[in-house]
Amino acid sequence: MSSQPLLRVSNLTHMYGNRVGCRDVSFELWPGEVIGIVGESGSGKSTLLSCLSTRQQPTSGLVEYDTKDQGLVDVYSLSEPRRRMLMRTDWGIVHQNPRDGLRMGVSAGANVGEPLMAVGARHYGDIRQQAATWLDKVEIDPGRMDDQPKTFSGGMQQRLQIARNLVTHPRLVFMDEPTGGLDVSVQARLLDLLRRLVTDLGLSAIVVTHDLAVARLLAHRLMVMRQGQVVEHGLTDQVLDDPHHPYTQLLVSSVLQP
Amino acid sequence: MNTGYNFAYLDEQTKRMLRRAILKAVAIPGYQVPFGSREMPLPYGWGTGGIQVTAAVIGADDTLKVIDQGADDTTNAVSIRRFFARTTGVATTEKTVDATIIQTRHRIPETPLSDGQIMVYQVPIPEPLRWLEPRETETRKMHALADYGAMHVKLYEDIARYGHIATTYDYPVLVNDRYLMRPSPIPKFDNPKMDHSPALQLFGAGREKRIYAVPPYTSVKSLDFEDHPFEVQRWDQACALCGSTESFLDEVVTDDQGGRMYVCSDSDYCGERQKDQMQ
Repeated sequence: MSSQPLLRVSNLTHMYGNRVGCRDVSFELWPGEVIGIVGESGSGKSTLLSCLSTRQQPTSGLVEYDTKDQGLVDVYSLSEPRRRMLMRTDWGIVHQNPRDGLRMGVSAGANVGEPLMAVGARHYGDIRQQAATWLDKVEIDPGRMDDQPKTFSGGMQQRLQIARNLVTHPRLVFMDEPTGGLDVSVQARLLDLLRRLVTDLGLSAIVVTHDLAVARLLAHRLMVMRQGQVVEHGLTDQVLDDPHHPYTQLLVSSVLQP
Repeated sequence: MNTGYNFAYLDEQTKRMLRRAILKAVAIPGYQVPFGSREMPLPYGWGTGGIQVTAAVIGADDTLKVIDQGADDTTNAVSIRRFFARTTGVATTEKTVDATIIQTRHRIPETPLSDGQIMVYQVPIPEPLRWLEPRETETRKMHALADYGAMHVKLYEDIARYGHIATTYDYPVLVNDRYLMRPSPIPKFDNPKMDHSPALQLFGAGREKRIYAVPPYTSVKSLDFEDHPFEVQRWDQACALCGSTESFLDEVVTDDQGGRMYVCSDSDYCGERQKDQMQ
């Protein structure tokens, strides 16, 4: 393991006017590690994620990322072209709704190939080959490569979105409720797939979810958020099996047991 | 000549504004310069951008040619030519070699252009990235950062669907290795003529209020893939009237029995060739 974190967040705060989005969040993410962020809706999970992934400028605080050439740098101090390049080559963002992350008007193959073309791939045969490989990896029949994503089921669209994000071999993936809106059996398959991909590729990931089962399966460490603040923070099993903060205890006890 | 109007219809201040926009466009090849487009006595889509650009650059000693789909005798071409003949009194011509300004819709003449000529294009939608990004703020940012990778998605889709790049007109080009440009709806057959052309090429979009330009001898590259290089259309036939095998051909339906003939779309080029063959 390297001696430097991949992402270091210090005192990150985002305010919506007088309202708190998230407040004083600090943590470090190490290479190969998956951090889960759980909490009820409105607790600031998604705000935090968009601040981390440079989609929303934080009010104060620092987000530093370990770039390949310069080491740890504040992502908000990077120039716009560099930040775009970083988002394309080093990062992936998996949206809750696949329609936000996919180009619905073009074929599945073009969706997976687009990030490659965006970083300069200009050989049609190679792009197509890579797209086919990735569709196969996320368990989509490569025969459906030239179909439009709108003809896909919700689970397939989500897997397509994952393929599109991973095709450029990112080091860090942000996921916002990756299994939200899918039925339980599809969720299970998707989680299985995600877990395998994350281990195989040595990815680091930050997963926002309100589903503790998802967090248990994917995340090594867990942060519990409430009213914009991190109330508890630790190894996943520790937090879920021995919750200390009253809110976490409530959260864990409110999971339905079939 | 109609004396009720200022020379070339527009008032002098408007022409100055247009010229400033044109100068800026020429200085930054392929960059879309916003300008205050005026109402013209012509419906949008008929060349309001083109005639404003022509009005700004035309002088009393110019010779004007106007073509529509390559032909000098179609409604749009005739009415715009007559408009300038009436409001400026300049000489008009149908011969490409005699013209100093050529306003066009859809074609570049087959006869090679020369130094000192100005091509004026009528542009319906100037933004090449519009189909993939509806937000103007975002497309401007993409231009500023030369962030054009996604443009290849369109070509990818063509190959995936048809086995070859099926876009045949308004084919995206990269100007001076910097700005992505939409060459107005000319067929891709004409794209190679834009590359290092000795003529000054001006593009006006009236409804969208944008002017852009390709100065003489500027590189204009059509986008493509390494394994699917850019190609222009070819025809199996020769022109039925002049026998040309090099020009852009139009298919003309001649009867309701399935009769077809292929003729040059450039009426001046075809006519000149026929005249040469008669002698």
